[in-house]
Amino acid sequence: MTRDEITSGLAEILEEVAGVNPDDVAEEKSFTDDLDVDSLSMVEVVVAAEEKFGVKIPDNEVQNLKTVGDAVTYIESNA
Amino acid sequence: MAGLLEGKRLLVTGVITDQSIAFSVAKLAQENGATVVLTGFGRMSLVERIAKRLPAEAPVIELDVTNQEHLETLAEKVGKHMDGIDGLVHSIGFAPASALGGNFLETTWDDVATALHVSTYSYKSLAMAALPLMRRGSSVVGLTFDATKAWPVYDWMGVAKAGLESASRYLALHLGKQGIRSNLVSAGPLRTMAAKSIPGFEQFEDAWTRRAPLGWDLQDQEPAARAVLALVSDWFPATTGEIIHVDGGYHALGAEAASI
Repeated sequence: MTRDEITSGLAEILEEVAGVNPDDVAEEKSFTDDLDVDSLSMVEVVVAAEEKFGVKIPDNEVQNLKTVGDAVTYIESNA
Repeated sequence: MAGLLEGKRLLVTGVITDQSIAFSVAKLAQENGATVVLTGFGRMSLVERIAKRLPAEAPVIELDVTNQEHLETLAEKVGKHMDGIDGLVHSIGFAPASALGGNFLETTWDDVATALHVSTYSYKSLAMAALPLMRRGSSVVGLTFDATKAWPVYDWMGVAKAGLESASRYLALHLGKQGIRSNLVSAGPLRTMAAKSIPGFEQFEDAWTRRAPLGWDLQDQEPAARAVLALVSDWFPATTGEIIHVDGGYHALGAEAASI
């Protein structure tokens, strides 16, 4: 799966879970500062991403996923 | 303990992530023969996703314990999935941010009232809402955090838990004639969603893992869940109004043992 494919998969999840406009989703965007994803929404984004991409994202990793790009990198190397 | 809960029907509240104590309760209950229905609050889509991670996907009913209509219709909604409730698990607590984290002296009554409504009074409201489906031998179990002591940052949540501990004894008193038990599990600190929302929660953690005679794993919800299920089972038939500590033995010590 390419980085672009993962990004668009994340955009779908962010739209469904947190009402984020998919056009706003890009690798440099911060989940909390740019996309206004609150902490409980982020929990659901992680759960949905785990299912969609078949990865396990442990809690201590979630803290490091500040931007969409961070998440893409994690999924790319662990899926 | 395969089959400990064979044929038992459990209504489990308080699942929000797979780290919730209630998730461990639901999972172990199913693994030991029980049928489980969940209730969820707030972010229902998340609870439904988590419900799919159980060994058998469990139905999820929306329940805000401060919503009278939700309470009044609960038994009917549960009744569509199970014809009775043998075990009712209360794993619900909430306090506004101003009621936690060291702000004890400044918290307003409105915020304290919210904490007590959701965390204390709900124990009685939930039991009454489920009562039409309960029968002799049914068991209500809740989760507390040792409220005989004051803890750093826990503040009004600690007061709410003290109320919960008392409410459980009164529930034991008032439901005893119907043969229904009420007990609590007093767990050590666990890294759940609820714990993570308490600023400064990590202050408990080190002391606990160091001091508890049996040690303590902050990430393992199973010991608390097992105790909840033991209390639901038929193996505590004459126990009610009780609080079982599942804390590695922390509560039993008066001071930290330097090195034994």
